[in-house]
Amino acid sequence: MSNNMNMTNFPKEKFQFAQKDERLHDVKFETKAIGYFKDAWMRFRKNKSAVVAAVFIVLLLLFAIIVPFVSNYDVQFRDGYYRTVLPKSKTFAQFGFWDGSKTHRESQAGYDYFRAIGVETGREVVKKITDETKDAAGITYYTLKVDSYAKVGFVYVNLTADGFQKLQEYQNETGIQVIYPLQESYRVNYVMGNMGANLWYKLADPRSTSDGRALFDENGNFMHNYMTTANKNHAGYDSLRLPNDTGGEDGESWFVYGQRNQSGYKVRVDYYEYFKYTNGFEPIFLFGTNAHGQDIFTCLAAGARLSFLLAITVSLINFTLGAIYGAIEGYYGGVTDMIMERIAEVLGSVPFIVVATLFQMHLAKRVGVLGSLLFAFVLVGWVGMAARVRMQFYRFKRQEYVLAARTLGASDRRIILKHIFPNAIGTIITGSVLAIPGVIFSESMLSYLNIINLETSSLTSVGTMLANGQGYLNTFPHMIFFPALFISILEISFNLFGNGLRDAFNPSLRGADE
Amino acid sequence: MGKYIVKRILLMFLTLFIIMTMCFILIKLLPLPAIREMGRDVNLILAKREQMGYNRPLLVQYFLFLRSIILYWDWGVGEQMYEALSVWGVLTTKLPYTVMVNLYSILLSIPLGLIFGIYAALKKNRWQDHVISTLVILFISVPSYVYAFIVQYLFCYKLGWFPLTVESLESAGFFSLRMIRSMMPAILSLGFGVIAGLTRYTRAELSEVLTSEFMLLARTKGLTKAQATSRHALRNAMVVILPMIIGEFIGILGGSLIIEKIFSIPGVGSLYITSINVRDYNFFMALTVFYTTIGLVSSIMIDISYGLIDPRIRMGSRK
Repeated sequence: MSNNMNMTNFPKEKFQFAQKDERLHDVKFETKAIGYFKDAWMRFRKNKSAVVAAVFIVLLLLFAIIVPFVSNYDVQFRDGYYRTVLPKSKTFAQFGFWDGSKTHRESQAGYDYFRAIGVETGREVVKKITDETKDAAGITYYTLKVDSYAKVGFVYVNLTADGFQKLQEYQNETGIQVIYPLQESYRVNYVMGNMGANLWYKLADPRSTSDGRALFDENGNFMHNYMTTANKNHAGYDSLRLPNDTGGEDGESWFVYGQRNQSGYKVRVDYYEYFKYTNGFEPIFLFGTNAHGQDIFTCLAAGARLSFLLAITVSLINFTLGAIYGAIEGYYGGVTDMIMERIAEVLGSVPFIVVATLFQMHLAKRVGVLGSLLFAFVLVGWVGMAARVRMQFYRFKRQEYVLAARTLGASDRRIILKHIFPNAIGTIITGSVLAIPGVIFSESMLSYLNIINLETSSLTSVGTMLANGQGYLNTFPHMIFFPALFISILEISFNLFGNGLRDAFNPSLRGADE
Repeated sequence: MGKYIVKRILLMFLTLFIIMTMCFILIKLLPLPAIREMGRDVNLILAKREQMGYNRPLLVQYFLFLRSIILYWDWGVGEQMYEALSVWGVLTTKLPYTVMVNLYSILLSIPLGLIFGIYAALKKNRWQDHVISTLVILFISVPSYVYAFIVQYLFCYKLGWFPLTVESLESAGFFSLRMIRSMMPAILSLGFGVIAGLTRYTRAELSEVLTSEFMLLARTKGLTKAQATSRHALRNAMVVILPMIIGEFIGILGGSLIIEKIFSIPGVGSLYITSINVRDYNFFMALTVFYTTIGLVSSIMIDISYGLIDPRIRMGSRK
């Protein structure tokens, strides 16, 4: 109370200047101004799912760009023996999965067949016996996990004299046995793939009606059925031999490693080693192979590259065309707009599949399949983009700042480019990004339906891979699994990324979720 | 409103006419398919082509084409496939399969989509909503053929629940259990995407309506949450959702080419693909017109239904 009483007469010395040395004025912002793109980037960064999606897109892009360069294989690579082998990864195979094995149900003969390959090559074919059942007739059936690589086993190849010599030198150098003795298989009717090159063991019943069961010695081992020197036409051989083969020193067991025929030498080789010899690397297909023996991993990357290339080109062209068309429509309005809208509507109403088909029929011979597909996408693709830009122009052209610019004498071109267009840029970028998965989907659909045919010896597409794999869906689902997985991840990522972009470019959402 | 509808329909016919003309000319500019000579009289075919006016000027041919459609509803006959059978006749025998698959899948999807959407909107920003929204993004993005592969592999091959091919109409009829069972894989594959789309749409619309002020008013006047939602929020959300459903219903005629191919359904889609592969231009032309018309009609129906459902949106009524 007493303080209040003294309010009227403060002593002079109690007063002090708050500010004496410096002059007061507005302080400039120390921080940098947040521009449109920075603002968008800040909002985009907060959207976790969109960031993750962006990372996935980058990974898929890297996959498409890098893999064709570093892969051992290319699209042209086809292997007649490693057809439809299952996915195998060297790293994961140690842990018992992703090891290229497939479950088979086999009779005794089939089991013997696989086991014999394993015995001769030293690489296990039957990884595991999961089940053993007897049917009503008392015949035993095995459920086996069979290595789809190792089961190829042996094949016959025809070599020239020179080639035969080189292969022997390779054997001497590396100490790896590639050439194995030929077999007396002419009486065997039981042939199971590879023209019977894997029947090196004696069969229980060698008649033509043989059921293919193996004959075992008293120790339960296979008994070999190799061709010996008693047979004529055998070629000179001076390289690695089987352990029980003395090379004729004791005058008895001398196996035939090559047989002369019209064109050169018929040789029986361990295909796994032979593959390494001819190609220089181990046969491992990360995603398996298709029915042509192509590496799915590499084909997928090549197909993805094609898809991305097409989609990005289409998106860029449509972006340009749509922006120009939409800007003119939206800015000038009136009759111009009406006529241009009509044209766009007519083009937009033609079903895309019809356009693609017509272009294919007319242009494919002149500009190629890909070129005509590109034209088809461009012809109808810009319509949506133009509509979006047009709407943005309608929203902004009547605003006061545009009027101000016009009053100051800005030309139409300047107003369009400098004043209105930047407002539409967010919509356009979002639209362009969201157009990419659409193009990729349409392309895969069209090539799946065989309306366009992108498959040549050195070209493939995701849709083609799906179409080729469909017949094997039951038996070899991996052929469809990987392309389908790729396209699913791609579509999901692009959708999430596009949604993130749309929110990021929408300034009205600024600080909405803080 | 009436004026607007008439205007839209007239414009539709104009657009259709332009597209038809373009397609007709483009198709006629293509070389005629070579005559397969095995067991045929080449001269007879050439004479037939002459008689059908294939050697006359393009515009005359187009005039003849339009006249036969308008006067006799005659779309020509098959030349490379279904030889000498009327194009329209073949189309109408194929249509039921396409319609059936899509109709069943939509009838299955609409209730599910609505239920999920409503549920997600009511539980907005809670875990139920997050789960549904995440699934929706997944299911909307993954292409329908991927579902088709999964369904075919799992249900047809591994579990053996459904047959691999669709029963024929003659033996099974429209509504038999056998028919539905054989179409189930296709129905499922088509359904996932529709359910996800509808869920997303319903959730977005309903959650917007739920936050509007008249909902608060409805609650203050004493309605329970369920009453307010069903009587006010849902009705307002339906204004936007219903046109989408109507659009879907017309779209079912178009069907899905890729699903028809995967499950080898003998529908319009397969007819179209075959007509391209064997170069039967009469079928190709008719189906082009068919698909274009469906697209145009469905977009018109969506626009008009907005006005019909909600009197507040009567486009062009004041013009």
